[in-house]
Amino acid sequence: MSGAEKIAVKVTDIVPLNELVTRFKFERVDGGLLPTFSGGAHTVVELRDGAITRLNPYSLMSDPMDQRAYTISVRRDDAGRGGSLFMHNNVRLGDELTISYPVNLFSLDLRAKKHLFIAGGIGITPFLAQIKQLELFNGNWELHYSCRSPDLGSYVDELTGRHPNEAHIYYDDQKQAIDLVRLLDGQPLGTHVYVCGPKGMIDWVRATAAAEGWPREAIHYEEFLAPKPGKPFEVKLAVSNKVIHVGEDESLLEAMEREGVDAPYLCRGGACGQCETDVIDYAGKFIHRDHWLDEAEHSSGKKIMPCVSRFEGKTLVLDR
Amino acid sequence: MSKFTFPKTILSRPVYGTLEPRTGAAHLFIADAEGAEAILDVATPDMMARAHIIFIAKGTDYEGALKALSPAIFYAGPTYSAAEPRIHKTLGDAKMGLQVYLAGTEGLMGQAMQAATLAGIPHTAIQTEHRGSTARRMQCVHCKGITEDVEVDPFQCSHCGLHLFVRDHYSRRLAAYQGVCIDAEDPGNVPPSKGIYQ
Repeated sequence: MSGAEKIAVKVTDIVPLNELVTRFKFERVDGGLLPTFSGGAHTVVELRDGAITRLNPYSLMSDPMDQRAYTISVRRDDAGRGGSLFMHNNVRLGDELTISYPVNLFSLDLRAKKHLFIAGGIGITPFLAQIKQLELFNGNWELHYSCRSPDLGSYVDELTGRHPNEAHIYYDDQKQAIDLVRLLDGQPLGTHVYVCGPKGMIDWVRATAAAEGWPREAIHYEEFLAPKPGKPFEVKLAVSNKVIHVGEDESLLEAMEREGVDAPYLCRGGACGQCETDVIDYAGKFIHRDHWLDEAEHSSGKKIMPCVSRFEGKTLVLDR
Repeated sequence: MSKFTFPKTILSRPVYGTLEPRTGAAHLFIADAEGAEAILDVATPDMMARAHIIFIAKGTDYEGALKALSPAIFYAGPTYSAAEPRIHKTLGDAKMGLQVYLAGTEGLMGQAMQAATLAGIPHTAIQTEHRGSTARRMQCVHCKGITEDVEVDPFQCSHCGLHLFVRDHYSRRLAAYQGVCIDAEDPGNVPPSKGIYQ
């Protein structure tokens, strides 16, 4: 079976935080302890939505050393593919779910002298766990968190209450914005910047830090891509000897799984590289959407990341 | 010509590049001897306006040429150890956006690299360019003593006197190559020394 190892959990708390975000708490069905994790880790939650199995990654936001329970916060996305809506509308207290062992693709670089966190909206969740981890070691950190309005500012009160000197909040509806150039200017040598939020924010922070002469190794970001819908297409899987159809609303990875092909994966969001697949033959064009392959690999026609990328054309043969 | 092409060897051996101008709030150059030539090649007036050059002449006469670049701060010292307090203070006070350029001998670049990484700069973000002497800074793996500017292989440890084989095995932590006793199995059987790259 592909993906990280699985854990059977029970939903033991559901807390709506505001109009868009709800927090879920998971404990092991067998009453045992969960593995510890490192701040920035996510778990993949399996959701059985009728005939469809959805596998959605969510950042763990609880204390990484607390083995009794994991918590995640889910932002409802009405225009999304339905995973977050299913969590909001169908998951009930006491439900049993399967989640994966924690996987961290957004870990702290503990060589940093200072950690500068920049969060947008629900992008706050990995930082909640990282802050708890750093507090254990009296780490040097600072958070700049941008949200739409006080009503939608998830965990703002908790952050400003516990960390009045480290947490800085910006509300869009009050025309408050992070003055990024000023914020980056004058940070002590050895500072690492971490950004999690909408794509525009990630691109802005990466580009601004690079322009200010920050080394690439000191700029960290996490963006989960949900697979985007697209035109249906057919794929021949050479190893499995199957021709499968990828529907409009499912990813290539999901189509392979539906057909019983055990394809490797971890993040399901174009970031980790686990699902990298060799292309044997093709006639058409790739729609690459991952952060894993570089530009040369994207244009080579030799590789595809089935979790988020698609294909348009006549023939696609994969080594799977 | 002060450039030398090192033969290809094990992965442990550091690989040096060619200095390139980078954008940044400040520029720190640390060089010894012919390393000055690499600074002269890369310097632009714009960079020099925000540059600090730390130079160890080692008997060369590049000081005038470097000063003529009009860097914001210029320091020339007799040895790396003499410059060390200044290097640590400069790095300790530095802000993100600082670009570090190291040029000259392996011993100088290694030690300055160690200081810069300790200050929090990822080693892959520090530029280096080898110029001049190919002598190495060696650590005796037996007595742990460091011998500077080793040009021949084998050489005698300046601390414990053992005859050491010059390895390409490099320690970033110590900023030194490893020297291993060459006649441990057959005491006294020490081959004649020759140049490391001969």
